[in-house]
Amino acid sequence: MLGKLSWEAIPFDQPIPLFAAAIVGAVILAVLIWVALKGWIPYLWREWITSVDHKRIGIMYTLLAMVMLLRGFTDAIMMRSQQALAYRSGGYLPPEHYDQIFSAHGTLMIFFVAMPFMIGLMNFVMPLQLGIRDVAFPTLNSVSLWLTATGALLVNISLVVGEFARTGWLPYPPLSELTYSPGVGVDYYLWALQISGVGTLLTGVNFVTTVLKLHAPGMTYMRMPMFCWTTLASNLLIVAAFPILTATLAMLLLDRYLGFHFFTNAAGGNVMMFMNLIWAWGHPEVYILILPAFGIFSEVISTFSGKPLFGYRSMVMATMAICMLAFTVWLHHFFTMGAGPDVNAIFGIASMVIAVPTGVKVFNWLFTMYGGRVVYATPILWSLGFMVTFVIGGMTGVLLAVPPADFVLHNSLFLVAHFHNVIIGGVLFGGFAGYSYWFPKAFGFRLHEGLGKAAFWCWVIGFYLAFMPLYALGLMGMTRRMQHYDVPAWHPWLLVAGVGALVILAGIVLQIAQLAVSIRRREALRDVIGDPWNGRSLEWATPSPPPAFNFPILPRVEGAEAYWGIKQRAIAQARLGEEPSYAPIEIPRNSATGFICAFFATFMGFALIWHIWWLVALAAVGAYATFVVFAWRDRVDEIIPAETVARIDRANRDARLRALAGAQAAS
Amino acid sequence: MGAKSNGRPGPTGIRRRKGSLTVRVARGSAVAASLGLAACQPAVLDPQGVVGIAEKTILIDSLAIMLAIVVPTIVATLGFAWWFRASNTRATYLPAWAYSGRIELIVWGIPLLVITLLGGVAWIGSHQLDPAKPLASSTPPVEIQAVSLDWRWLFIYPNERIATVNELVVPAGVPIHFSLTSASVMNAFFIPQLGSMIYTMNGMTTQLHLQADTPGTYRGLSSHYSGDGFSDMHFQVRAVPAEAFAGWVAATRNAGPTLDAASYTALAKQSLDSKPFTFRAAEPGLYQQIVTQHLPPGPGPQAGRPNRTVSPRTEE
Repeated sequence: MLGKLSWEAIPFDQPIPLFAAAIVGAVILAVLIWVALKGWIPYLWREWITSVDHKRIGIMYTLLAMVMLLRGFTDAIMMRSQQALAYRSGGYLPPEHYDQIFSAHGTLMIFFVAMPFMIGLMNFVMPLQLGIRDVAFPTLNSVSLWLTATGALLVNISLVVGEFARTGWLPYPPLSELTYSPGVGVDYYLWALQISGVGTLLTGVNFVTTVLKLHAPGMTYMRMPMFCWTTLASNLLIVAAFPILTATLAMLLLDRYLGFHFFTNAAGGNVMMFMNLIWAWGHPEVYILILPAFGIFSEVISTFSGKPLFGYRSMVMATMAICMLAFTVWLHHFFTMGAGPDVNAIFGIASMVIAVPTGVKVFNWLFTMYGGRVVYATPILWSLGFMVTFVIGGMTGVLLAVPPADFVLHNSLFLVAHFHNVIIGGVLFGGFAGYSYWFPKAFGFRLHEGLGKAAFWCWVIGFYLAFMPLYALGLMGMTRRMQHYDVPAWHPWLLVAGVGALVILAGIVLQIAQLAVSIRRREALRDVIGDPWNGRSLEWATPSPPPAFNFPILPRVEGAEAYWGIKQRAIAQARLGEEPSYAPIEIPRNSATGFICAFFATFMGFALIWHIWWLVALAAVGAYATFVVFAWRDRVDEIIPAETVARIDRANRDARLRALAGAQAAS
Repeated sequence: MGAKSNGRPGPTGIRRRKGSLTVRVARGSAVAASLGLAACQPAVLDPQGVVGIAEKTILIDSLAIMLAIVVPTIVATLGFAWWFRASNTRATYLPAWAYSGRIELIVWGIPLLVITLLGGVAWIGSHQLDPAKPLASSTPPVEIQAVSLDWRWLFIYPNERIATVNELVVPAGVPIHFSLTSASVMNAFFIPQLGSMIYTMNGMTTQLHLQADTPGTYRGLSSHYSGDGFSDMHFQVRAVPAEAFAGWVAATRNAGPTLDAASYTALAKQSLDSKPFTFRAAEPGLYQQIVTQHLPPGPGPQAGRPNRTVSPRTEE
């Protein structure tokens, strides 16, 4: 009846995961009860859960990323403390638990923190910057979000029911095959990623279509803000790369469930094929993450320098070059597999070539600041922290791309330091820059600057304390994923790295405090005009937060930096443009399709993991039926009457008129 | 590091007492040695063999080439950000300046030049230091067949017809040719102070050539995660003078069990026992039988909570 599931699947003998899960469960329950008591459930259902508004979906994606960041960071603290303690001792985490923690840490941080963080920001910002009302397929967007949430939920369920993978964040066979991992851990990993992978692929299709097909009038490709270009590049990579991941994991699933032999030791399976395939997805994946971050930095550095982005055409070219080259370098993840020198050298050089467009980007940001008036708000601090940190991470990356150097550094903590150097210093700092930059747009008030800056310094200092020792440890021959060790020289460095993790923890605590304080003081931090940073792209033309329809009439774009142009004309003529004649606006209706689909997908994934076949069938039918019901609906749009549009836009115009008058009076 | 195996008590009572003194002295010196080692621990930066030395040179050279551009970039980032701060009235303000063909040329040109240089290093280095390429030497290489097990290392000396577990003894100054495979899951064979690592995979052989230039004790390890017992998959490498190596071979032939299909099958079961020991004889062709899977791959975990299909567990 329940397949492999029984009470014994719950690790009653392991107090740490049980305790952690109990706390998480209690917090979730408390929040739910609080929400229910406040009577907010109908509001949440109507305005958020069933919303197909790209802004709401973007915010929910970002929220998911931040919650999962806490979970993934808890894993990080446990790993750092284990390694700090486990010198000539077993530490406090036995191998079977420690191995799950580092596997879960990597899986969560890449798939359920970095990805939703970037997708969330793209979701929120890109349609606003293009001057349009929503993405191409709004309901599909909601399906993507909820399927991603399903994946995250499955990974977290594995904490209490059964186990998570103990294979590392990429399940290299034959360790991940049934013979060597007969438990449910790898199945949790595989189904969580298959389900959320569908969501990510749909996002890719959705966003590529949006950038290519939907623009405000006059928004030609070479007038698009840099962030839209990087969104396009990142999503082209998603569309091209995620099917490889899905197919590779599907083959591993066939091995595990139906006795196939794609990657097994026996019967002609080939583990090297898995490594090639997984990295044919895996290397583009890191550019899927970093390209949107590059876009964020371009926006932030230009805005806070009070200048257009330097070398825009060059930047576009560099972005698209990275997009293409991302597919030509996967083999550098296994130079030590014994391929010939020609193969290794060619892939090594191809990897280095990516450093050229990346270097161009860094120099162009540098010259964007040149001749500017740099205002030190939190977003630019993250950007400067990124530029310095990322250059170091890029350098160690190119070093690892030199095959003979990789022969002694591969799989070591040097490698671990390198990819944290670029993912924390690049993707996460980019996410935080975007978060503090666009927060006022999303919620109508700014984040507390002092706490934001304090959080930034904790993150930067904590990062260097936690990861520079790892570079040294790699040079000392310490390999990754060690549960314990007996080399005395490693111990002090691991202690320092542990302290670094604690400093980062302080940064996270400050970020939570920043959010709480900002909400409490929101009236003082209110963004009345909708343009708190003197922005240059169209999202700043809307009120904060923007109305459901974004723009009362689609803006007419007459050059690069669309909103900057509008603003300069208004200042020069000392008046706003003519009030448009307002018309009713159609916006897509809310839909519970995404949520209900994900509800069934969660059960389906769980049932597949535990071999509860009747539930698999039931849930599959449920998910499919949801789509059929959606496809048969008659009314797809909601009409916002012209008066409502006029009222909202007149308030926005009034605010800007007052700001304009204020600026004239001041000058 | 290596404190344990330095002294063994002798067989008779009197000698044991004496021995225990030597043991204590030996332990003391081993502690001192490990402290001394702690001072010069950057294993990769303290290579003791031709391969490792060449790789260190490439590592340092590549780093130097890149630092020449990375350091000025970091300085310029901080410098520009500071000088062009909004409150600095002396800084020029160029609110519309966003293009300069000359600068574009430089920003594409500099990284391109650096990469051309580094690409050359990578191409030449990859060919010179190909792990499968024999080392230039007047002496023929010592053949060693390495098999990664769950979770220890088996080293077969096919010409000497002996084998060891978790202990590698090699003659110093003589090239060593490793053929490597795995009994079960992937691992990587790595002796940081000697140079290149290489994967071990079941049903396949990888090749590696290394050499210890001077006698000494080095640490070897698996540098690819392979499951619960992975952290203990390290071993001691003793590089000894050629005569001492011959003596060690002779001594090894005198004691210990023999390695054949049956004892290999027992060895291939998962075990957390990482104690080194030696086989006085190794069946010829055993390695080929492992690689061709005539000896089947290791069985993996057998127990679990509540059974192996939910959450497998390694039995001690």
